[in-house]
Order: sequence, then structure tokens, then C-alpha cells
Amino acid sequence: MKPVFVRPQSLTDKPFHFCPGCHHGVIHRLVAEAIDRFGVRERTIAAASVGCSVFLYDYFDVDVVESPHGRAPAVATGIKRTNPDKFVFIYQGDGDLAAIGTAEIIHAANRGENLTVVFVNNTVYGMTGGQMAPTTLLGQPTTTSPYGREFGQDGYPIKMTEMLAQLEGVGFAARVAVDTPARLTQARKAVLRAFETQLEEKGMGFVEILSSCPTNWGMKPVEAVRRIEREMIPYFPLGVYKERKGSDAL
Amino acid sequence: MPKLVIRDDRCKGCSICVEFCPKSCLEITDRLNPLGYRPVGLRDPEACTGCAICARMCPEVVIEVWK
Ligand SMILES: Cc1ncc(C[n+]2csc(CCOP(=O)(O)OP(=O)(O)O)c2C)c(N)n1
Ligand code: SF4
Ligand code: SF4
Ligand code: SF4
Ligand SMILES: [Mg+2]
Repeated sequence: MKPVFVRPQSLTDKPFHFCPGCHHGVIHRLVAEAIDRFGVRERTIAAASVGCSVFLYDYFDVDVVESPHGRAPAVATGIKRTNPDKFVFIYQGDGDLAAIGTAEIIHAANRGENLTVVFVNNTVYGMTGGQMAPTTLLGQPTTTSPYGREFGQDGYPIKMTEMLAQLEGVGFAARVAVDTPARLTQARKAVLRAFETQLEEKGMGFVEILSSCPTNWGMKPVEAVRRIEREMIPYFPLGVYKERKGSDAL
Repeated sequence: MPKLVIRDDRCKGCSICVEFCPKSCLEITDRLNPLGYRPVGLRDPEACTGCAICARMCPEVVIEVWK
């Protein structure tokens, strides 16, 4: 018998601590498969963020530096600049990347740092109990917007991929989702492209992944998966927003 | 026939695999696993095509598929 699907080698065998149905697990798997695919496990250093993905170092069989909240792009910049032969990826939530760490990601992108960024947008601060994030949708109730996000008071949900795609330093920028088998295939391709962008030294490879947080959305796992298509994708359109081709080097 | 290996001691009973199996061959069992969840089981092995959609959708990465 031949394997059709087995656990990627770059994932350790440690069980995830995530809540039932949380998409962080699927996204960890996609990233681990990309590490396997490009054979970079022995030379990978990740910079983890603060959020439900904080235990990245337990789950990936690679070296990981834990960053202060929002600062993974700065930490990763230091790692990559001093070790240009290493493969460096960062993995950040929306509270981490789009709130407290907004300055770090924008400037790392604008400097054209050769980094791969996995941005997990679940429209809330998951780890701390579901507070409103910059990505929270209008009308979405959270613990700090109990009547729903209202633009007059809270502003609009921020579209990071569209913003970052404008910057010269970004080689690849895409938004994907992992809520259906077909979209999972697109997500897998985008993660691979974000890896290749770094390997080809074309600047930042950025992939935003729409992700579920059943616990803080107050939904059962399958219901949470369905919310992505119903509410998130209409506001956060999927697609490749930037792709620097073959010869146009940075 | 394809072979499905479900590490059901690590399954969190989220039902996502059940929802997306195109052949409806999975079900949530009424057992309790050591984590305290009701794990998934293969209800209809004959109908399974080994497409691995369940394995790819599983957030815990606890399904293996062999063919
Ligand atoms: C400097 C600092 N401020 C605040 C916190 C508290 N904190 C921990 S996780 C988190 C938000 C995480 O949300 P997100 O990045 O969206 O990740 P998720 O858990 O949703 O994956 C916050 C505010 C902290 N750890 N450090
Ligand atoms: S709180 Fe949300 S993001 Fe965190 S592990 Fe649970 S479901 Fe996932
Ligand atoms: S391999 Fe395909 S047919 Fe078999 S249980 Fe999984 S999803 Fe269903
Ligand atoms: S998707 Fe995974 S964790 Fe969820 S019920 Fe199926 S086997 Fe269990
Ligand atoms: Mg979040």
C-alpha cells in the first residue's frame, strides 16, 4: 500500500492544544508540508508570535525563536540578515500582526525582507478570550464589542493583504481560506509560493489565511467553518494580490 | 480497498471530516476517548474511496490514508 495522506515529517508528534475544529491545526499542517516539500527543515528558523499559535516550537521540528507580541517580523529580520542561508518564516495571528505589530510588519515588508509570512486571520484575539481585533467584521459581537463592531466607534476591518501588496518590498501576497477541500488546495499553493518567494530572494512572501475560531465565535466547529464563506470571504476577497515574476528581481 | 488509520485517541470530535466526506462514510461514535471527546469512526468502509478529503480537512492531522 502507498500513502495517500500521512502526517508531514516537519510536524512533531505532539498533539495540538487547539480547541476542537480550530483551523490553526490545518494551517500548521500546510506549513509543515511546505517545509518538507522544499527540504529546508534542517535550515529553517521560525519566529513565533503571541496568540494561540504561541506553542509553534512544540509542534514544528525546526528551530523557533519566540517573539514579543507583534514583533516577529523584527525578530525574523535579525535572524535572516545575520543568517541569510537560513529559511525563515513567521506565523502571526491578526491581533499580533494587524494590531500591536502593525508597524513591524509594514516596515519589514517595505524593506523587502526575504521572509515568509503566514498570517492567520480569525477576526478575534483568540488566546485572550475573543476581544475585538482590527479584523473583526462590522456587526460581529465580541467580548469588547458586545453589540457588534460599529464603524463609527471602531473603524472598519483592516485588509492587510491589499495594503501590503502595494509595497515594493513584497514579492508575493495572497489571501486564501481552508474552509473547503477546493480552497484548501489553493491555500496549499499559496503557502508554497510564499516559500518560493524567499528561496528566490524576491522579497517578502505574504499569505493571509482566513481561519475559524469556533470557541470565540460561539459556534460549533462545522458552523464556524461555514461562517468563513458566508461572512468572511465577501469582505476579505480571496486571491493573489501580488506576484513578482521570474526576471523582475527585487 | 483503501485503508484509513484514525488515531481516535487524539480526535476531538469536531465533525469536520464527517461533514466533508463525499461518501458519507464517517460518523461520530458514542464512545468517549481519553481526551473526553466522542471520536470519529469509519461507519462504511466499503464506500470509502481513499480520497483523503477527511484527512486534509482534519485540524488535528490524525487521519492517515493508504491505498
Ligand atoms: C505586549 C503584550 N500585550 C498583550 C498581550 C496579551 N495577548 C496575548 S495573545 C493576544 C492576542 C492574540 O490574538 P491573535 O494574534 O489574533 O492570535 P489568535 O489567538 O487569535 O490566533 C494578546 C493581546 C501580550 N501577551 N503581550
Ligand atoms: S481560542 Fe480560537 S484560535 Fe485559539 S485555539 Fe481555540 S479556536 Fe483556535
Ligand atoms: S478517504 Fe474520502 S471517502 Fe474515505 S472516509 Fe475519507 S473523505 Fe470519506
Ligand atoms: S476532523 Fe479530525 S478531529 Fe475532527 S472529528 Fe474528524 S478525525 Fe476527529
Ligand atoms: Mg486572531
